[in-house]
Amino acid sequence: MAILVQPDTRVLIQGITGGFGARHAQLSLDYGTQVVAGVTPGKGGQSFRHGPHDVPIFDTVTEAVKQTGAQASAIFVPAPFAADAILEGADAGLELVVCITEGIPVTDMLKVRQAMQGRPTRLIGPNCPGIVTPGSGPDSHGGCRIGIAPGYIHRAGRVGVVSRSGTLTYEAVWQLTRAGVGQSTCVGIGGDPVPGMSHLDVLRLFNDDPDTHGIILIGEIGGTAEEEAAAWIKENCRKPVAGFIAGATAPPGRRMGHAGAIISGGKGTAAAKVAALADAGIAVAETPSVMAETLLKLLKR
Amino acid sequence: MTGTAGWKLAPQARGVRGLILKIEAAFRGRHTPAGFAMNIHEYQAKQLLARFGVPVPPGEAVGTPDEARAVAKRLLADGHAKVVVKAQIHAGGRGKGTFKTGLQGGVRVCASADEVLERAQAMLGQVLVTRQTGPEGRVVGKLLIEAGVRILREYYCAVLLDRAAGCPVIMVSTEGGMDIEEVAAHTPERIVREWVNPALGLQSFQARKLAVALGCQGDLIRAGEKLLLGVYRAWWESDASLVELNPLALVEGPAGKPTLLALDGKVGLDDNGLFRHPDLQALRDLAEEAPLEVEASHHGLNYIKLDGSIACLVNGAGLAMATMDLIQHCGGQPANFLDVGGGASVEQVTAAFQIIMKDPNVRAILVNIFGGIMDCDVIATGIVQAVKDTKLKLPLVVRLEGNNVRAGKQRLKDSGLPILSGDSMADAARTAVRVAA
Repeated sequence: MAILVQPDTRVLIQGITGGFGARHAQLSLDYGTQVVAGVTPGKGGQSFRHGPHDVPIFDTVTEAVKQTGAQASAIFVPAPFAADAILEGADAGLELVVCITEGIPVTDMLKVRQAMQGRPTRLIGPNCPGIVTPGSGPDSHGGCRIGIAPGYIHRAGRVGVVSRSGTLTYEAVWQLTRAGVGQSTCVGIGGDPVPGMSHLDVLRLFNDDPDTHGIILIGEIGGTAEEEAAAWIKENCRKPVAGFIAGATAPPGRRMGHAGAIISGGKGTAAAKVAALADAGIAVAETPSVMAETLLKLLKR
Repeated sequence: MTGTAGWKLAPQARGVRGLILKIEAAFRGRHTPAGFAMNIHEYQAKQLLARFGVPVPPGEAVGTPDEARAVAKRLLADGHAKVVVKAQIHAGGRGKGTFKTGLQGGVRVCASADEVLERAQAMLGQVLVTRQTGPEGRVVGKLLIEAGVRILREYYCAVLLDRAAGCPVIMVSTEGGMDIEEVAAHTPERIVREWVNPALGLQSFQARKLAVALGCQGDLIRAGEKLLLGVYRAWWESDASLVELNPLALVEGPAGKPTLLALDGKVGLDDNGLFRHPDLQALRDLAEEAPLEVEASHHGLNYIKLDGSIACLVNGAGLAMATMDLIQHCGGQPANFLDVGGGASVEQVTAAFQIIMKDPNVRAILVNIFGGIMDCDVIATGIVQAVKDTKLKLPLVVRLEGNNVRAGKQRLKDSGLPILSGDSMADAARTAVRVAA
């Protein structure tokens, strides 16, 4: 088992005919992910062809879910339409919506957050690399890849990874894989100030997943989500956790790429986050080069 | 840079409430395109607020001393006893700032049109240094000429996002006209907040609660309600990150009747929301932004200049930050933050090298690319091409990892260029620090 998505999870792609969406739909199909539908308003009835694959396109998410039994979606639509796409996914009753789109206005996400309260649909992102549950084939083929992460860097196994950053997640995963250690599920929650699932939401799932034996938590400056996660881990987490926080050298008041990565008035600093992690008994990696190594030392104990 | 680094929050204000203040504090010193907000000038903020029914003093922005004099004349003729001259730069602390000419104060109350003319001549085109501009200061290109008013009380009011609560918050304080960080530190109970349901917007009763908290009585309660509803609507409908009135003042109105007025206005706009506000987008003042950062943004690069000697070029914001940290861990100092995004095309790498080379402090360049989807061989080809195109003379250390990495490293080797290769991130950072020393 893994969390949120399994190798047999049926995936639909909102924005499958756009350049970005099409490219990653192809890569997911190549990875062996069960991409069962695409949605592009006005192109219903057409199909998305790639190699031996022939994926039907629908006008609406509801129709796609009804016809194909899709359970999760990846959103690649442009920022002005992304909030609407998230709500359409929730309305159609999807279990999981993963929004890759970057640059969604804060006010849109505030409305989305409000509207999704009390609904069963979970949201990952926006502005995130997505989620991967590696498969058991060569180069982790046969897994569920929703989003833009490179599939081949993964390996099926028992370490959970949760992170706000894309390439930094790939680094951690690649370090694990090269050390011969596989992952249960890797979740990139994204770098926006109003996100869907938080570090804490994902950690709870890892904690309850019998097949996840250790966790790597990657955070960065800004906000207090890492501190909240650390406080929860201290009281509740039964599994070894290694952490890394990026942004120790970032100056206050400057946004470091991600809209959420900003040190404000002396809070949200890397030092404060590292202290909170260490206080919770999390092994904090000194450099990004030793993220996997730090966890493996804990697991060997 | 923000002047808030030493600011510590009182224990009572910790948690959600404390966080809001910290977010707010972050806005006070920032003035760059890489921030999560595009700042606009005070006069533009006041025009925006006025559109939402927020009362502001009569006045006009001018670019020449003669215009300043003409506006002052008109205001005096309208019966205003005083005229205020306010330097328009994207930084706070103007009143206590100093011009490089030695002139004190970027805000001045004048009693005659000739005095306004004289002041405008002394301020326009000059560099004003405040506690938020850094020692380099900012050139004053425009002045706001405004009617002077008799201030009875000064309040504080702001709307911003509460990240932890996931909703907007509007806050007011009776302690206006001073640093809100100070208020939060010493008298946090004097800051009153209302969290807003984004689906409903600020409700009238919430606005009245805040007005009453400010001490408004009688007719002023309704006036305060209307003003605060306008401030919130300005925040929401403009896709703002911050709307701040400091001070929001109780002033002597016509016939001596007290009235509320936004004496100062600061608005930061959410970059991501600008696409639906072309009118606000047009307010961007590139003169207020760091030139290299503006140039970088034209190439889709996210660049922030820092003070160190080792430039870095990385794909992904998190990895870019981690690379900066690693440089410091190895005993060096990063010269910049530079995220080339998920890809790393020849054009982007070339533009990145060109920008890095304009920073005279740079002694070495560290390229750290995780080629996930992109082929490392393609990335290496791009790097080699960019080095040739830019005739790069600085020592270059490249660390590639990911897809087809062996071919990529071979290509760097075969290029005959003096490119140093790092096997791991740490190895590359150590090498960069060594060659920069």
